[in-house]
Amino acid sequence: MTGMRTLSFDAVIVGGGGAGMRAALQLAQSGYNTAVITKVFPTRSHTVSAQGGITCAIASSDPNDDWRWHMYDTVKGSDYIGDQDAIEYMCSEGPQTVFELEHMGLPFSRTESGRIYQRPFGGQSKDFGKGGQAARTCAAADRTGHALLHTLYQGNLKNNTAFLNEWYATDMVKNQDGAIVGVIAICIETGETVFVKSKATVFATGGAGRIYASTTNALINTGDGVGMALRAGFPVQDIEMWQFHPTGIYGAGTLVTEGCRGEGGYLINKDGERFMERYAPNAKDLAGRDVVARSMVLEILEGRGCGENGDHVMLKLDHLGEEVLNSKLPGILELSRTFAHVDPIKDPIPVVPTCHYMMGGIPTNVNGQALTQDEKGNDQVIPGLFAVGEVACVSVHGANRLGGNSLLDLVVFGRAAGKHIEEMLSQGMEQREASATDIEQAQNRLSRLNESKSGESVSELRAELQDIMQNHFGVFRRGDFMQDGIKKLSALRERIANVHLEDKSQTFNTARIEALELENLFEVAEATAIAAEGRNESRGAHARDDFRERDDENWLCHSMYFPDDKRVGKRDVNFSPKTVDTMEPQVRSY
Amino acid sequence: MLVSIYRYNPDTDEKPIMQDVEVQLPEDKDLMVLDVLALAKQQDPSVVYRRSCREGVCGSDGMNINGNNGLACITPMSSVVKPGGKLVLRPLPGLPVIRDLVVDMSIFYKQYEKIKPYLINDTAPPAIERLQSPEDRAKLDGLYECILCACCSTNCPSFWWNPDKFIGPAGLLQAYRFLADTRDTADVERLAGLDDPFSVFRCRGIMNCVAVCPKGLNPTRAIGHIRSMLIQQGT
Repeated sequence: MTGMRTLSFDAVIVGGGGAGMRAALQLAQSGYNTAVITKVFPTRSHTVSAQGGITCAIASSDPNDDWRWHMYDTVKGSDYIGDQDAIEYMCSEGPQTVFELEHMGLPFSRTESGRIYQRPFGGQSKDFGKGGQAARTCAAADRTGHALLHTLYQGNLKNNTAFLNEWYATDMVKNQDGAIVGVIAICIETGETVFVKSKATVFATGGAGRIYASTTNALINTGDGVGMALRAGFPVQDIEMWQFHPTGIYGAGTLVTEGCRGEGGYLINKDGERFMERYAPNAKDLAGRDVVARSMVLEILEGRGCGENGDHVMLKLDHLGEEVLNSKLPGILELSRTFAHVDPIKDPIPVVPTCHYMMGGIPTNVNGQALTQDEKGNDQVIPGLFAVGEVACVSVHGANRLGGNSLLDLVVFGRAAGKHIEEMLSQGMEQREASATDIEQAQNRLSRLNESKSGESVSELRAELQDIMQNHFGVFRRGDFMQDGIKKLSALRERIANVHLEDKSQTFNTARIEALELENLFEVAEATAIAAEGRNESRGAHARDDFRERDDENWLCHSMYFPDDKRVGKRDVNFSPKTVDTMEPQVRSY
Repeated sequence: MLVSIYRYNPDTDEKPIMQDVEVQLPEDKDLMVLDVLALAKQQDPSVVYRRSCREGVCGSDGMNINGNNGLACITPMSSVVKPGGKLVLRPLPGLPVIRDLVVDMSIFYKQYEKIKPYLINDTAPPAIERLQSPEDRAKLDGLYECILCACCSTNCPSFWWNPDKFIGPAGLLQAYRFLADTRDTADVERLAGLDDPFSVFRCRGIMNCVAVCPKGLNPTRAIGHIRSMLIQQGT
């Protein structure tokens, strides 16, 4: 398109959640011309919904706490396909990163001695699993994400970050050398399409939980970054690994923090039995999320579910007393009353495992640089492209993320990518150029949509997609079921490509945005489906009825999904931390 | 169920209208207003509104619901519409309308930015966190939880009248959040920035803000504290 405006920056961050704003802050603090493109006003990003806390060995609750213990728990939690160099970096850099947030004003809850309050969370232990439950999750009541996101926005205001609020990135601009030169973005308010050019493009677009019908995720979590990466021909890693959070409110999907169980709440079946004692005798309700979610589904399948249809279980909190609930879990009281019509001070909350988090994503190194593979299967940095937060797969979560590790991931790797870009810019990182054809290429999808004359409606296609994923790629998976799901998805591809945009107006056209989001949802869903069908084992969140055991011989590795030929390849897991011994795979029990 | 929605698209419409849309609601479920809007948008994708978290924490979907400002996602239909009644949705009052239920919030955000909404402490930070007692931390409760939905400020006659000069309840709640924080050392500077006839003192104690805050916060009380601090400082 001729006459399209170009905006130029040193760095452009796509996404205004925790990871994006932490990266932006780093760069803005050092005076680089930094812009954040975000489809919602930054404090409306999904980080705001994080409740329980940010897990980090700051040694407040336990003065002897050690980041190496946190690392051990995270490696084990990942079912051994988390990269140990990245986990080492996250756990060791964590305390400094959390203290920086506190210095910026994050209103953490406090202990009697005035330090940051830490609560117990699932999968956290002392002394490499030998010292019992650890309280390591730093909390601001049960609104930690809200407090963190607002603090980061405030920090960016202080440092004059340029915000392109309510702008939507549609595709990345890739030049003939395979480098990323920026993105095409729409200003939602005016409908103007702009080429946003930058030396470094950082994807911080968050998750894609809306591929499932039942999810804790915000309506905006549509996998835009993964969609853009796949369309540009780049692979995604471990995309079959989806976390189902044990406690989504039955019927509504809204999250109830693991902090409820951290504070002493527990799950019961229809007989009032605390069933987690049978599945995880030591950690009980604070076992890994994958373990708890599967146990809940088994209780339901074996007829011990609650309610008329026996299709959920209950989270009991009333024994904690009104005072503890009011001070530690005030947001949960609000959400339960609103969405479950239950007052947890008196009655248990109906809950069910609900899609929550995408462990996979764009593979990156510890500096946030996005990676692809050459023909020989060696890692290759994609010039100009970075990814941080949920859209990235660095990989600290492997096959199962521990609670409270996502907020830590956001700020540690947002900061790390920011620092690395800072260094590259200070060494004279150059602006790469794109040809008119490269830019046009990136606009194809948008142009096609704008010219659509007939086709199906976005909302119906989206609902079909979500149902396929819910029914065929849930907590338990089976080969033939998944093959069926893949067939249904491929029939959907053509229909989604021909979706009809009836409203062609320019001003604040959310129908256009939803149509573009739908294509991203589809890309994530298909990648998930094909990668899930390909991994013939059970590991972490990926539980197969037809391959019940973990298969370290063949699958102690990352999966890599390549969009061009829809192929599932493999990539080595990093077992070489720099300062500690390798943590060898063991039988994972809680 | 009849839903009456404020419609205005500057690309095509000369002036706004209230449009009645018939939406089929499930009988056995008390939907949230946001769910009803989503059903209306399914029928007519050109209906425009903001939304994100759908659980009352992101502050996107503040709007005027049957006469009162609130968040569509946590307002049950049963609480606003009597059986046989009509759901009436308008944009938040007092701000320019961009399209349908979407308002231009620039001036609201500008007032928020004016109060320097970030911690100021010029002393070198310690190697760990700054310490704060639970009692001092408790002073921030009821303040830091604001989600910037603008339900309060757009319900305030003083803000309607002077949106460029009066900070408004949301901004002032945050002003007090930093004044109350024992880790912040900029009280004098902060108060000086508020010490004029408009920024704080245009609040007439009407308490419309308190009446509509979807998070149950009390900006009027915070404004009272700021007034006292300003008066004390002046003597």
